[in-house]
Amino acid sequence: MKLSLGPILYYWPEEQIRQFYREIADSAVDIVYLGETICSKRRSLNLEQWVEIGQQLQAAGKEVVLSTLALLEAESELKSLRKICGNGTFLVEANDLAAVNICAEQEIPFVVGHSVNLYNQGTMGVMARCGMKRWVLPVELSKETLHELQQHRPDGVETEVFSWGKIPLAYAARCYTARHYNLPKDDCQYRCLDDPDGILLNTKEGQPFLTINGIQTQSAQHNNLLGVMEEMKAEGVDVVRISPQSRFTPEIVQLFDQRKREEITLQEGMDAANRLLPLGGVDGYWRGEAGIQPTEI
Amino acid sequence: MELVCPAGNLPSLKAAVDNGADAVYMGFKDDTNARNFAGLNFNDRGIGQGIEYAHKKGAKLFVAINTFPQPSGWERWTQAVDRAAESGVDAVILADIGILDYAANRWPDLNLHLSVQGSATNYEAIRFMHRNFGIRRVVIPRVLSASQVRHVTEHSPVPLELFGFGSLCVMVEGRCLLSSYATGRSPNTYGACSPGSHVEWIEQEDGGVETRLGGILVDRYQPTEQAGYPTICKGRFEVQGKEGYAIEEPTSLNTLELLPEMMAMGIGAIKIEGRQRSPAYVAQVTRVWRDAIDACSRNPESFQVDENWNRQLSKVAEGAQTTLGAYHRSWQ
Repeated sequence: MKLSLGPILYYWPEEQIRQFYREIADSAVDIVYLGETICSKRRSLNLEQWVEIGQQLQAAGKEVVLSTLALLEAESELKSLRKICGNGTFLVEANDLAAVNICAEQEIPFVVGHSVNLYNQGTMGVMARCGMKRWVLPVELSKETLHELQQHRPDGVETEVFSWGKIPLAYAARCYTARHYNLPKDDCQYRCLDDPDGILLNTKEGQPFLTINGIQTQSAQHNNLLGVMEEMKAEGVDVVRISPQSRFTPEIVQLFDQRKREEITLQEGMDAANRLLPLGGVDGYWRGEAGIQPTEI
Repeated sequence: MELVCPAGNLPSLKAAVDNGADAVYMGFKDDTNARNFAGLNFNDRGIGQGIEYAHKKGAKLFVAINTFPQPSGWERWTQAVDRAAESGVDAVILADIGILDYAANRWPDLNLHLSVQGSATNYEAIRFMHRNFGIRRVVIPRVLSASQVRHVTEHSPVPLELFGFGSLCVMVEGRCLLSSYATGRSPNTYGACSPGSHVEWIEQEDGGVETRLGGILVDRYQPTEQAGYPTICKGRFEVQGKEGYAIEEPTSLNTLELLPEMMAMGIGAIKIEGRQRSPAYVAQVTRVWRDAIDACSRNPESFQVDENWNRQLSKVAEGAQTTLGAYHRSWQ
């Protein structure tokens, strides 16, 4: 199994992004997804600069994929998307059917991201015909469904699972960060920069529940599939995805790598992971339950 | 411009047809549609009766099969498409790419509409669905501004259907997992947001009410407040010390005042939300929208929203208040 690092889902300033990928270049991840997937107003880097970081990572031995917006509304966003799809160097991750359409028409191979609803063999077949090289299991689907889908996977297509990080749960027209700060979306003052891991939302009785990240809503808790890496391997999962956070991402990559190589036991790995998770880890979706169900180890 | 109205049962279907719906949409009694609630929807006999009633009065009948099958349930969805096609419906409203592919191959003459659950927010996504499956209409998620909608209509290969009235999803439909994070069941997989089996209403000692979903506190109401159904996006939460509607207030979409603009854009149809609502709701909302569309068609330039229409709609709106939603840029 390979380790991948998903795209940064938050708004970080340019220097923080560059420093982050300098550390990642020395890490054990095999695949790095780059680019902005949440909000087109977040422009710490332009496409050329992302490509430049991609080349540095490639020189360090990483496979690089350019990821794309999940929610596309404006023509300017489609224009940027076309540029990314036609970059000519790196594989593209399609997070909306717009990207699938552009790639399919131009015969550009692509990864189907987890926000595209690939829930069954029929969709798997259509996507493979269109040029899919890899797919990411939609985050709410279980091990059991993955198992069934793997029976229908065409040759040459890889399977990836979102294995670590706050779970992307929803996308909206409204920006909840701007709303929280009483700002209109059109004049958001880039307040996402204040919260490098999003903003925690609690229930009225103080239970951590969700994370506000601009137009995206995530879980408050981290998905943690470190404890089921052996199950993933047995199911033929090719790539295990870690979603970046502003802190401890290199440590998490190392934990997954050590677990993959069986240099640490399951218990040692989970203990180390849990120390980095003040809100605890969840793996309910993997087990076919409510996503918020905590890990049992 | 076609008026498309909801029916969760035969009395609602009749109410829609009798009050001027051009088309009625409905679903089967299972998880193949996104209003999978107990006591709602149609079996094969009901669909047959519905078609007979609608066709006799010149209305069309659409069947929504707009959830996402997993491999173990695949046949239930393909059979739903077969049942709808064989019963002679005027269109099926689909969301899943695999099911669209099945329907396009198995029933090449069947009208396919892309459901709002298909998450097509831009014309490239619509082109994908048109090129691969020959869809003839697309229902647009409630996330675009009016000017964005206009841009999509100018580039879309098929006519658009827009939501005009009803409960408001603030998230892109087909991509919202808030319900499944709390319960394991989402509109995508199970056909219901906040399934009744996971909802709790708990009376408090002070006379207030707590509403929970999958055990998670969605809201706590004072004795003086009217408790709403616990959908997560309309709950009250605490964010950095601020308590309130962090995502969205309980409110209904009402776009009557945009009718002339939507007509000028060439919007193909207006959809009314609410298959889970009563026949009285369907009758009321259909009647108002029929009158409004007729008035606007006769004379779009001098069209004005009749205050009486808004009063009638407010009576049945969720939270008793209405919004233009994303169509009005300031809402975003």
